[in-house]
Amino acid sequence: MATATPKSEAQPVTLSNEEVLRYSRHLIMPEVGMEGQLKLKAAKVLCIGAGGLGSPLALYLAAAGVGTLGLVDFDVVDFTNLQRQILHSTSDVGRKKLDSAAETLAGINPQVAVRKFETKLTSANALELFRQFDIVADGTDNFPTRYLVNDACVLTGKPNVYGSIFRFEGQASVFAAKDGPCYRCLYPEPPPPGLVPSCAEGGVLGILPGLVGVIQATETIKLILGADREQSLIGRLLLVDAMSMKFRELKLRKNPACPVCGPNPTIHELIDYQEFCGVRAEEASSMTTQVPAIEVEELKRKLDAGEDVFVLDVREPHEYQICNLEGHLIPLGDLAKRVHELDSSREIVAHCRSGKRSAEAVEFLRAAGFRKVWNLTGGILAWADRIDPKMPKY
Amino acid sequence: MKIHIPTPLRPYAEKKDVVEVAGSTAGQGLAALTSRYPDLRRHLYTDDGKLRAFVNFYLNDEDIRYLQQENTPVKEGDNLSIVPSIAGGVTLQIAE
Repeated sequence: MATATPKSEAQPVTLSNEEVLRYSRHLIMPEVGMEGQLKLKAAKVLCIGAGGLGSPLALYLAAAGVGTLGLVDFDVVDFTNLQRQILHSTSDVGRKKLDSAAETLAGINPQVAVRKFETKLTSANALELFRQFDIVADGTDNFPTRYLVNDACVLTGKPNVYGSIFRFEGQASVFAAKDGPCYRCLYPEPPPPGLVPSCAEGGVLGILPGLVGVIQATETIKLILGADREQSLIGRLLLVDAMSMKFRELKLRKNPACPVCGPNPTIHELIDYQEFCGVRAEEASSMTTQVPAIEVEELKRKLDAGEDVFVLDVREPHEYQICNLEGHLIPLGDLAKRVHELDSSREIVAHCRSGKRSAEAVEFLRAAGFRKVWNLTGGILAWADRIDPKMPKY
Repeated sequence: MKIHIPTPLRPYAEKKDVVEVAGSTAGQGLAALTSRYPDLRRHLYTDDGKLRAFVNFYLNDEDIRYLQQENTPVKEGDNLSIVPSIAGGVTLQIAE
């Protein structure tokens, strides 16, 4: 049979002969079948982010025949993305991720309607956006957006298919499903800024977002197909360690005191998530602006003039291997126990990749009694930009 | 008990993923862990000595918040997992 019509759709959804052929490996399995494939075609999934997690997620959802895929992203493809963001190709560098993604997805499955939302997800637009979709898949990279996505999902009653990654470790779950726990049940409060390293600091194994994004895609498809609750990740947190290739799972409970999904919620509308996560306060007190600093041009002049300047590199040894200023390497984390290697009578210029870790180092050394210590503004990246264009950037 | 250390916290625990400690409650195990690796302390406890709200602790597959918190009894061979929130996904807006 080439076509079928589900009972409750206002506009009957059917499959063309071409679609029957395309989805034949779905149609012959009883867990999907014609009924399931029509559900996929009628489904509307919103992917937050077209990056590391969003790439495999959107690719598989499109291939599987999800009828409408919304993408929210305002970023541009750069070279550092290509190691893991497989929606984008080398030739896409410099293009908007949305354009690159839409093209890739149309190439895989032209039947899918891709809706592009070139915007930052905010408290002002999230609810209206989410209401237009059935399921939200969260592939964001920062805590304010995580909490925003969660709360908006709870308030609009849309399940939140969650994935998160760090280096070679990932987490996945389905939050905010009916009567299921939400992200706030698991993590009532965000960590203070600076205590948890980001991917740019910590790195991420390129295949890991592939693994975790595909788990998100799987859960999304199961939600659409109406899989049993016990089969879904609702109420379970899956932990993936790609290095030891171990998958563990933890039970998640609905927190009766949850401020957004509990029986007595105190959050009835979206809030200021930057403030909730302390990001504003962090920006205001950013140390990089407070410690004594030196520009790369001035350091270059001093070195060329043969002045006695001790260059202290506070990055990690593997970063030193990528590029360096032939400085003395003491990773920030080791500074306290290796401070005796430094001579406080000499002029010291500390640097890292972009200037944040070295600002911490300068603050620490000043507090430890060093008087002639400066932070290299913009770090080795600024050096590569303004002094030595041959130096690789990372 | 075995305490599982997540990737972001391994730099503060000599890069170990699993640490074996003695103790008959979850709290005793964590105290033993942080006395062995003092740098871990500020990541697990607030300044006034409470477990941090953005780090979860699981005894086997149960959240100790729904058991007896730090007083949750632990048997030999039990696994205590530290599960911090991680935010990674797309590329980063804030470098370093």
